[in-house]
Amino acid sequence: MAAAAKAGEATLRHAFGNVLSFFILLLIGVLAFSIRLFSVIKYESVIHEFDPYFNYRVTQFLTKNGIYDFWNWFDDRTWYPLGRVIGGTVYPGLTLTAGTIWWLLNSLNIPLSVETVCVFTAPIFSAFASWATYLLTKEVKGAGAGLTAAALLAMVPSYISRSVAGSYDNEAVAIFALIITFYLYIKTLNTGSLFYATLNAIAYFYMVCSWGGYTFIINLIPMHVLLCIVTGRYSSRLYIAYAPLVVLGTLLAALVPVVGFNAVMTSEHFASFLVFIILHVVALVYYIKGILSPKMFKVAVTLVVSVGLVVCCAVIAILVALVASSPTKGWSGRSLSLLDPTYASKYIPIIASVSEHQPPTWPSYFMDINVLAFLVPAGIIACFLPLSDASSFVVLYIVTSVYFSGVMVRLMLVFAPAACIMSGIALSQAFDVFTRSIKFQLLRILGFSEADAGDGSSANVVPENDAVKVDKSEETIKERPSRKNKKKEKEQMEKAQAEKTSAKSKTEKRLLVLPMELSVIGLLLLVFMGAFYVVHCVWAAAEAYSAPSIVLTSYTHEGLHVFDDFREAYAWLRHNTEVDDKVASWWDYGYQTTAMANRTVIVDNNTWNNTHIATVGTAMSSPEKAAWEIFNSLDVKYVLVVFGGLVGYPSDDINKFLWMVRIGGGVFPHIKEPDYLVGLLLLFVETDGKGFDRVRRTEIGKKYFKLTHFEEVRQS
Amino acid sequence: MYQRERERERERDYREEMARSTGKDAQALFHSLRSAYAATPTTLKIIDLYMGFAVFTALIQVVYMAIVGSFPFNSFLSGVLSCVGTAILAVCLRIQVNKDNKEFKDLPPERAFADFVLCNLVLHLVIMNFLG
Repeated sequence: MAAAAKAGEATLRHAFGNVLSFFILLLIGVLAFSIRLFSVIKYESVIHEFDPYFNYRVTQFLTKNGIYDFWNWFDDRTWYPLGRVIGGTVYPGLTLTAGTIWWLLNSLNIPLSVETVCVFTAPIFSAFASWATYLLTKEVKGAGAGLTAAALLAMVPSYISRSVAGSYDNEAVAIFALIITFYLYIKTLNTGSLFYATLNAIAYFYMVCSWGGYTFIINLIPMHVLLCIVTGRYSSRLYIAYAPLVVLGTLLAALVPVVGFNAVMTSEHFASFLVFIILHVVALVYYIKGILSPKMFKVAVTLVVSVGLVVCCAVIAILVALVASSPTKGWSGRSLSLLDPTYASKYIPIIASVSEHQPPTWPSYFMDINVLAFLVPAGIIACFLPLSDASSFVVLYIVTSVYFSGVMVRLMLVFAPAACIMSGIALSQAFDVFTRSIKFQLLRILGFSEADAGDGSSANVVPENDAVKVDKSEETIKERPSRKNKKKEKEQMEKAQAEKTSAKSKTEKRLLVLPMELSVIGLLLLVFMGAFYVVHCVWAAAEAYSAPSIVLTSYTHEGLHVFDDFREAYAWLRHNTEVDDKVASWWDYGYQTTAMANRTVIVDNNTWNNTHIATVGTAMSSPEKAAWEIFNSLDVKYVLVVFGGLVGYPSDDINKFLWMVRIGGGVFPHIKEPDYLVGLLLLFVETDGKGFDRVRRTEIGKKYFKLTHFEEVRQS
Repeated sequence: MYQRERERERERDYREEMARSTGKDAQALFHSLRSAYAATPTTLKIIDLYMGFAVFTALIQVVYMAIVGSFPFNSFLSGVLSCVGTAILAVCLRIQVNKDNKEFKDLPPERAFADFVLCNLVLHLVIMNFLG
């Protein structure tokens, strides 16, 4: 009767817990969505920055022309006169996702425009990402840690910066794909079910479609498998988790046109194949160990080792020769710049010139993950007690992502989910200890007996088990000398054990429990820390990361001015020039020009052709006649230049000028950087007569000069 | 001189004995492997046969590519990876259905087979798309 009642209580508590979890998750989703809406409220529902405009243009094309034309699209309005094969060089995941959502909504007669769907894709997927974090952390440590981690991820500023409403970029869906792929991998590892292995491969396919950072997954998972094998945690579940993923994953990755045969030929994927082979060797060894007797197994080992070693050395020699024959050892330029941080500045100045590819500063860590920076080490320790396959995976994830985030500030985004998971685990454990202490102390103060106190909290089971184990070993050691009457001794032993267990567990419980005041203060301090975190996140989302760089604000002595110069300039281009006119500018503005002005550009943000960019850079840094000749050879009719000295806009073309010189000088040796450091050559500047540059706070050198080969058409 | 000859003879005898003993060991190992494998149930042996057939097909494809050249590389890749993929899925099925495996004793074999079929379906869908 008592047992049935207890079981009924337990199921009721479980049901209540599940409902509570569901509502909490719903609220977390709403939080993740709404914290990213600041720019929509402060400015308008517009697409931000540069890259999202390209994705928006591609999505427009997809919704207008259908998927077959999208796969086969050759774009001749960019990289004039080379053009660009969009179908084969774009990661289609984001555009296909937004296109599907738009098509679904429209077929349900909810007529949202493509722009609205594009703007709000990122917040929706960040809500999904926090739910995926809940699932992942639940597999590692339990539901409490899961909820905490999900709440932390919903607000972490690093993720907000790349997924705010209007930031329609690959990372918006890629982070969700990353977390759900990891969740399905851990779930397969924990359950050994082939069904989850299939889902894992499909989630990996979605990740490959979405972002070039999928190489992180296909290198992290083999590293983890290797770690499990080396630390002796090989099990058949590991085989089921990894082997189908490699085969299916490679095939699915080869299906995406951007990756194509790179899936089997570049060094980024070799780690997965190597570990695949190692895993099979280990599986074979375990199988043979299982069916042979130990003596025969030793014989087998000596025989095989001698033969196998020779074969292995031969194979490794061939592999090393193959890999070493390519100059980059088979790695792509971007991956090499991650592994060797000095590579890009020496060989590929374009990669080095992008501001998001610079290493982060220490303050940016605190700005981007705030309080989590303190909780991550505690989480790592909590993962080690006890260490399971899943928790070793999360530890490996955070260590590798910390390294990569230190190389490139853009990769702080990959570090953020790991930090949230670790902090969620740490916070949840801390809350566990404090609340358990408070409950125990309260029950003790209110005068309940020891036995009831023990029954009440199931969380005490773990320390009790440890105490019992310690007891058993002690008892057996003591009882071994007197084994005259085995049965009698056993009975005595069991009784003594039971008594000792209850006594020891009481002492254990007292040792693992903190005094009441300490736990209350600790709990309050944790809540305050959480409050600081929330305040910081909301501030970061509102002030730091919600600026659509297409609309600028500036503080003059008259107050706040809002400038729409970019869009006005593009609109002027769109309405006052011929459809076939070519516009030249620095590559930053290429995507926006093709999307909003609908004119052909020479270079854009894809930066796949260094020589073409160097040509434009040379033209920008040469005197008028030489520049005119270069632009004439490219059929250019209009040149777009951005100057921010009048309003205090710091990231204008003058700031980028030295990069133009460096990149141009990399291909055309007559442009030498030292020539430009002393006397800045300004192509054209037209001010209201004052000649003061508000960004660099200096007077402009050559003020009144006439343009002979160029004509100023418009100035805003 | 006599001593050196005796040493050399002893060395030769020692080496012959080692070779003979490794030969005997190899034979004994082979026999024990055979007898241990013969004890596995028939269902598992059928799965092993299927796996062996898949790997054999993959080897034939690789030899063919070495002779003829790898021109439609996607067809070669999809062919080889489909064979390797079915072999691996067969191994996974064998792991889950094997009664000696304590981790999977509450998994009903029908569920294991259904998962196997599902994964194969996805694999072959991708193969047919990639075959070109």
